Order: sequence, then structure tokens, then C-alpha cells
Amino acid sequence: MSEQHIKLPEGSIEKTTTTLNLGPTHPATHGVMQNILELDGERIVSAEQTIGYIHRAFEKLAERRPLAQITTLTDRMNYCSSPINNMGWHLTCEKLLGVKTPKRVDYLRVIIMELARISDHLICNSIVGVDAGAYTGFLYVMQYRELIYEIYEEVCGARLTTNIGRIGGFERNFNDIAFQKLEKFLSEYPKVLKEFENLFQRNRIFMERTMGTGAISAERALNYGFTGPNLRAAGVDYDVRVHTPYSSYEDFQFNIPVGTTGDNYDRWLVREKEMWESLSIIEQAYQKVQEFKGAEAEVYHADVPEYYLPPKEDVYTKMEALIYHFKIVMGETEIPKGEVYQAVEGGNGELGFYLISDGGRTPYRLHFRRPCFVYYQAYEELTKGGMLSDAIMTMSSLNLIAGELDA
Amino acid sequence: MLTNDIIKQRLTEKFAEQVSNFEEPYGMLTFEAPVELNLKVLNFLYDDEELKFRFMTDLTAVHFPNDKGRELAVVYHLHNLSDNIRIRFKVFTAIGKPDVYTATGLFSTANWMERETYDFYGINFVGHPNLKRILNVDEMDYFPMRKEFPLEDSTRIDKDDEMFGRGGTLGFGTETARDRQEVISENEKHDETGRPIV
Repeated sequence: MSEQHIKLPEGSIEKTTTTLNLGPTHPATHGVMQNILELDGERIVSAEQTIGYIHRAFEKLAERRPLAQITTLTDRMNYCSSPINNMGWHLTCEKLLGVKTPKRVDYLRVIIMELARISDHLICNSIVGVDAGAYTGFLYVMQYRELIYEIYEEVCGARLTTNIGRIGGFERNFNDIAFQKLEKFLSEYPKVLKEFENLFQRNRIFMERTMGTGAISAERALNYGFTGPNLRAAGVDYDVRVHTPYSSYEDFQFNIPVGTTGDNYDRWLVREKEMWESLSIIEQAYQKVQEFKGAEAEVYHADVPEYYLPPKEDVYTKMEALIYHFKIVMGETEIPKGEVYQAVEGGNGELGFYLISDGGRTPYRLHFRRPCFVYYQAYEELTKGGMLSDAIMTMSSLNLIAGELDA
Repeated sequence: MLTNDIIKQRLTEKFAEQVSNFEEPYGMLTFEAPVELNLKVLNFLYDDEELKFRFMTDLTAVHFPNDKGRELAVVYHLHNLSDNIRIRFKVFTAIGKPDVYTATGLFSTANWMERETYDFYGINFVGHPNLKRILNVDEMDYFPMRKEFPLEDSTRIDKDDEMFGRGGTLGFGTETARDRQEVISENEKHDETGRPIV
């Protein structure tokens, strides 16, 4: 080729490092996000993250929506565990409105939230396996995520973007099929999880791939605002469910698993142990739910007529119900003035809702504290000096969900 | 055990009347300080052996367009993990010169949170290592979360928002559908119901 065809950028001959664009649409990023990596051979010299590819302006949208319509926005943040987001939003509204939910509602919510946590951790851990080259575990556990989704389906009719529950409780009582499926899950899942664990936990190849990579110290993790399993893997036992209990989590007995090194292997282990704890919480909650007898066993929402849709047959026959129905559907209810912060333990950590109401019909300001967004900024520090293939695993073991990053 | 009263006392001992507007909405101690003191207050809260607010939960901004001279509020949520107590700390700044010192020296997590706040509210975090847009496109030349930017398409005339509780309740930003219609009808012809004649 003649000289005029080769136009290299200035300085590129002298340059000893390679620039690599990982993403925005790369199969290994599991979402739309970009990493501009500077590589020396296969070692990462620096990483620059670009995010915002699926930014949907939820906070702006929320400023024009009545409370009930914001639930669907929260679905689309961490879509691997959207019920937790939904419940977090309902709890925020209930805190603002001063609604006290009945115990049975709390326990049902705990069941749903812990199921969501299991499905979230299940995906994360099996994807770490996929990135290490072990596809089997991922395909095997999908079947049980499917079962969890079937339970959601029985409760709310949806699977991924669930919009589950309402302000004050649930839209309908759990039916028998939901409980049957839950029982099936509780009886079959421990065996499957054990088998899944056997595939990875003491697997020499997996251990050597994950141990010592993507590590962070407890001090740095705290400074970076890490929460959830990623912080606990570094050895800090902070869990919103224990520190500021919501939805009657104080009634349950469970442990908070912690790691020591904060590396990929510890993150994997912490999530694995958390699934066992979630299972035990679900068992306890299910037992508590069964203890309700008679009329108490039919309770599935609190009495908040201004925010909770009345039964449809009442809307046709009773004036009051018709008015409330209209006001809720058209978003004409005035929200009390106030400023509230409510956090829940999401799949990835502390999911916070900061809501300011000025007495209008929509929030004046709503801010989501998204754990993914907060800890993804540590990615450069986690991967610097490591191998490219480890950086991929670090990304999946952090459980980065593009929907939660961008909101 | 650390309580809101102790925190309040410690703060007033240190900063006297410069920390003000103490409130406790839903149990969380909330207060404000002059904007130039934000780092001093954060540093004090961080370093004090009793207070130990060493975890930054959240950093965001709020726009109050009717509050002249203090239109933008930067809100910090801090958490003392050992005593498990949270506080909310606000500084207000004028929209004409929204300069706030960065907290990145104290909290690494403030880096992206401040970039996000800058991206949506245009708050200039003085001393930030990399203050550029994070979620929006780089070419954007306005700050979209400010209240003067209405969410809905302002050229839309088929929907009277006030009927649906979506217009006018906040008292700023959007003009009513009727105002818009007048502006648009200068350029277009409409029938009596307001629909454009094509």
C-alpha cells in the first residue's frame, strides 16, 4: 500500500498501550455501558466508564405523576429484582402518608422481596459463572427463577416489570396457586442451590479465576458508598434490613454473611450465603402468614381509601367508592407536605427514595439513590493493574444493571 | 448513644448561629448552613470523634425557582454507621452563581453524585476533578431538571392539562394549554374545538 492510504493518528507509532472500547453493546457487559480501557498487553492501565445510554429521566417524569403511577418507573430500575423497588416505593409513600400496614401485609411483602432477592443473586452468581466459562449453572438455575416469576405472575399478573403491590398493601390476596408454587419452591430450591454451589464454590478453576481479582478494602468500599453484598464482601456488616428495619423485618431471625477481602470470590460467596438466609426468611414469613386465621387471613391491604383503589363492584354502586376511584385513577389526590427518605435493601444494596412533596398532586422532587450508580464509579480502582478477562468478571460480580445505573 | 439533640448541640457549639433551620421531618435531623461553609460542616461531621458521619448515602439538588437568591439546594444525606443515625444537610445557592465546594476530597462517592447533580441542575462543584455530564449527552446546553423545563411537549394543544391535575398546580414553568393555543394559532388555523385544520 502506498503511503497515502495509511493515515495513522499522530503519536500512534510511539504509543505502547492499546485503547479498547468495551461496550456500549458488548455481550460481556450484560447491559448498555461503555468502558474505554487503556491496555498494556492484557493489563489494564486505566478505565473510563461512560454511562447514560438508557437514561430515561425517571426523576423528571416522576415530577408529573401521581404516586401510584411512579411504581411502574421503579420497575425499570433494577429489573432483576423489581418487586423490591416497588415495595421500596410503596414504603416511601406510606411513610409520607403515615400509613400503618397490617402484619400480614408486611409478611407477604417480605416473602415477595426475598424471592426477588434470590432471583437477583441467582442471576448475578450464575452470570459470574458464565463469564468464567461455566454455562451449565446458569441454564440450570434459570428454571427456578422461572418458578419465582410464576409466583409473581399469580400475585400480580406480570413477570419482569412487576408493578407489584399498591400503596397500603397488595392489589389482591395471594391465591392458593401462589402458595402452592411457593411451597414447591421452598421444598425443591435448597437442593438445586446446593447443587449450584457444588459446581462453583470449591471448583479449583472458578476459585483461581475469582480469588484476588477486583478486590477492595472495607475502608475504600465505605468511602465509595458501597452497600449491599458488595460492601459486605469487604467485611462491613451493614444491611438496611437490620439497621433500619422496614416491613417488619425485625420479626425475623437471619444472619448477615460477610466476607473479608472484597474480591470477586467473596462477593460470589456473600450472595450465595444470602440466598440461604433469604430462603430461611421466606420459610419464617410463610409460617407466620399461615398463623393468621379467620378474617385476619383475608387481610391484604391497609385502610387508605384515598390511595388504595376500591373494589370494582363498589365503584358501580357506591358514590364514595366512585369518587375515590376517579380521584386515584386521574391522580387528583393532594399529597401531604413533607420530606422523606426511605431506604430498602435492594438486590445490590441500599436503594433509597428521597421524596419532597409541596402539597401538590405529584412529588415536587423525587430522587432515587441507586446502588449500582454509586458503586460503578469504583470500577477503575477495582480493575486497574488487572487482566482484561478479570475486569469482565469484576463487572458481572458487582452485578451492574444498566437500568439502575441510568434511571 | 448519639441522638438528634446531641448532634444539634455539637453543631451549634461549633458553628453557632451559622447552622440553622433545624427540623426533624420523619425523625431525620435536617439543617442548613451557608454555602461557603459546606466543606467545613462536612469535615466537622466526618472528623468529630462523637459524630462520625463517615458514610455519604446520597447527594442531590432541588430547585426552588420562587426562592430568590437561594434557588438551588444541594442536599447531602449522611450516615453514621456505628451509631446508625442519619442526617440531612442542605446548602442553598443562587442560580446565577451556583458555586459549591466539592466533597470529593472527603468522599470518593461524591464524584459521580456531583457529576449527576451538575448534569441535571448545573451546580458548579468547585474543585471537582472531572466535572462533566454523566447521564445526558455532552452536547446538551441546558440543565433539564430545573423547573423551567416542562416535561410535556409545549406545542401540544389536544389536551387541557389543568383538567387532569397536571398543569398549574405547582405554580410555575408551564403555561396553560389555552395560552399555548393562542401562540400557536397565530401560525395555524384551528376549528372551534381547538384542533388544527390540516
